[in-house]
Amino acid sequence: MKRKLEISELIFKILSYTLLTIFAIACLYPFLYTISSSISGAHAVEYSEIVLLPKDVQFDAFARMLNNNMFWNAYTNTLFLTFYGTIWEVMLSVFGAYALSKKRLLFRKGFNFFLVFTMWFSAGTVPQYLNYLDTQRVFGSVGVTDDKWLVVIAMGMAAMNIILLRNSFEGVPSEIEEAAIVDGATEMQVLWRVYLPMSKSILATVSLFFAISRWNGYYWAKTMMKDANEHPLMVYIRNTLEQYQDPDQLGAWNETYSPDSVIYAMIICSIIPILIIYPFIQKYFAKGVNAGGVK
Amino acid sequence: MQVSDYLIFDEESGTYIEDPEQVVRDDVEKHHWLNVLRVVLRDWRLYLMLVPMILVFLFWRYFPMYELLGCFKMPDVIKSVAEQDYVGFSHFGTLIFGDPRSSISAEFWRAFRNTFLLSFYGLLFGFPTPIIVALFFNEVRSNIARSVLQVATYLPKFMSTVVMTSLIVMLVRGGGQMSGIGILSQMLEAMGAIDHETAERGLLHMPQFFRAIYQISGIWEGAGYDSIVFFAAIIAISPTSYEAAQMDGAGKMAQMRYVVLPSILSTVVIMLITRIGSLLSIGYEKVILLYNTDTYQTGEVVSTFAIRYGVNSEGASGGKSVGKGLASAAEMMNNVVGMLLVIGANTVARKASDVSLY
Repeated sequence: MKRKLEISELIFKILSYTLLTIFAIACLYPFLYTISSSISGAHAVEYSEIVLLPKDVQFDAFARMLNNNMFWNAYTNTLFLTFYGTIWEVMLSVFGAYALSKKRLLFRKGFNFFLVFTMWFSAGTVPQYLNYLDTQRVFGSVGVTDDKWLVVIAMGMAAMNIILLRNSFEGVPSEIEEAAIVDGATEMQVLWRVYLPMSKSILATVSLFFAISRWNGYYWAKTMMKDANEHPLMVYIRNTLEQYQDPDQLGAWNETYSPDSVIYAMIICSIIPILIIYPFIQKYFAKGVNAGGVK
Repeated sequence: MQVSDYLIFDEESGTYIEDPEQVVRDDVEKHHWLNVLRVVLRDWRLYLMLVPMILVFLFWRYFPMYELLGCFKMPDVIKSVAEQDYVGFSHFGTLIFGDPRSSISAEFWRAFRNTFLLSFYGLLFGFPTPIIVALFFNEVRSNIARSVLQVATYLPKFMSTVVMTSLIVMLVRGGGQMSGIGILSQMLEAMGAIDHETAERGLLHMPQFFRAIYQISGIWEGAGYDSIVFFAAIIAISPTSYEAAQMDGAGKMAQMRYVVLPSILSTVVIMLITRIGSLLSIGYEKVILLYNTDTYQTGEVVSTFAIRYGVNSEGASGGKSVGKGLASAAEMMNNVVGMLLVIGANTVARKASDVSLY
């Protein structure tokens, strides 16, 4: 009896380790392949001769990318959109979630429904597009002709993240808040000194979600920004890919590296910032997802 | 006057005290809107905090819903939605029953079918995978090994759709005069999953592979990260439950069946409702980036259909402006079905297991 149990558990354990390792390798391999391909020679990349390690190492593809002003321009645009967009979204979400977490708020249920309904029913792409066109017109009429601000202000904001924050705020014991109020704290100080420090992990998770979706944003930035100088990195990468995959657009190419290597190099540069902040914020995930609770 | 409503037992002092919230609530109920105003004014900071969020949602979530009314109206290049003339359900009629002058109805049904199939397969394969991954993670007892595996498998979630699709485009590209087939196609060919001719043409140009590529890349992207919530539910199970099951002679499978699954059931149900809620809102960004004219047959979903007729036809000749109404009608149908699904799933879950999301 005892022996049979051990065998079934052992088999499952071996299976778990094996499959998870294979999955982890499958998750990492494309990135390693990307790095190798970006520094390999033209022939090796064109004929997919690279399996893991680079061949005929060259750094010209990186040099071409780094010397390209349009690339830096796109990078700056993405930094701009991510920085201001995240601040804007986190600010609105924290204020909104704080107000919604208060039981004394009138029409609390109504406000909550107002949020949750947007998760059930979204207008869809075409009405959204028409709405952004109107917004663009209104912004233009008050002097904001730069589409960057349209993307920062009008796009994003996920109801789910606000609800996660609200649930976390609701978990803060009211005694602590009352103690702070007795000590003369204002509403803002209560939020800043009591609620935010006590919801650190969920705040980190939500901010990361906002920042990542800003960094990775593609479709609306491409659709709403007519000026190629305003395009963020993702739009630029995609446009370059389309151009390089099409022999007619690419034209004559007499380099020691493949055009694909330039794309691979761009992909690496676009994920470096994510890789840098990822380890610091990764420890909050489990906590954040738990604390917010699927509720 | 009901005194009992006002009194709550205060555990610290051991006496009954007045519940301040209840006093305010009763006050508000008894008196008039002046009282309401006074309460609002006293808490004006709180309401001020709410205003920006409400405005953002109103302008960019609810105003588009008003624009959606375009599905009942005759599109016009100059007039706004409010000024356009009502045409009733004619756009819906065109989409559902067809128009002898065009193939739009066939295209709509194709998109609708593809949306449904992509979502359905996503649910079928994409939903259980993170649960299985979480069960596997539970078996990894070494903290270091588990952390390494988790870091690796969560990572794809943070890659942008553009990066992921660019990699797919390059890894499965077909052969050309100047280039060979992509490494992934080579591997698949070596394993015998596809033949050489298919690999030469490029998987992204073959309609029969679109759904598989979409689902596999979706699992690659999400299975690790989505397992977090299930893993959290599994490690919350008390070790004594396993021990009790072992004492009763339960093997690994019996433990799964009688200990783990019942314990994570509520989490699974809630995630399932969430998933069904977004069933028909297929990520159009990924489809746009992956599909091409060769794969419209299996790749086009309602959102991309709407984008093709409603957004990209901008500036085209006047005859095409009817596209906006048709596109809005298509999205309206998609969204209404999606909403009915989430409400239905929620109701069923509440009746069956007392777990509900909303």
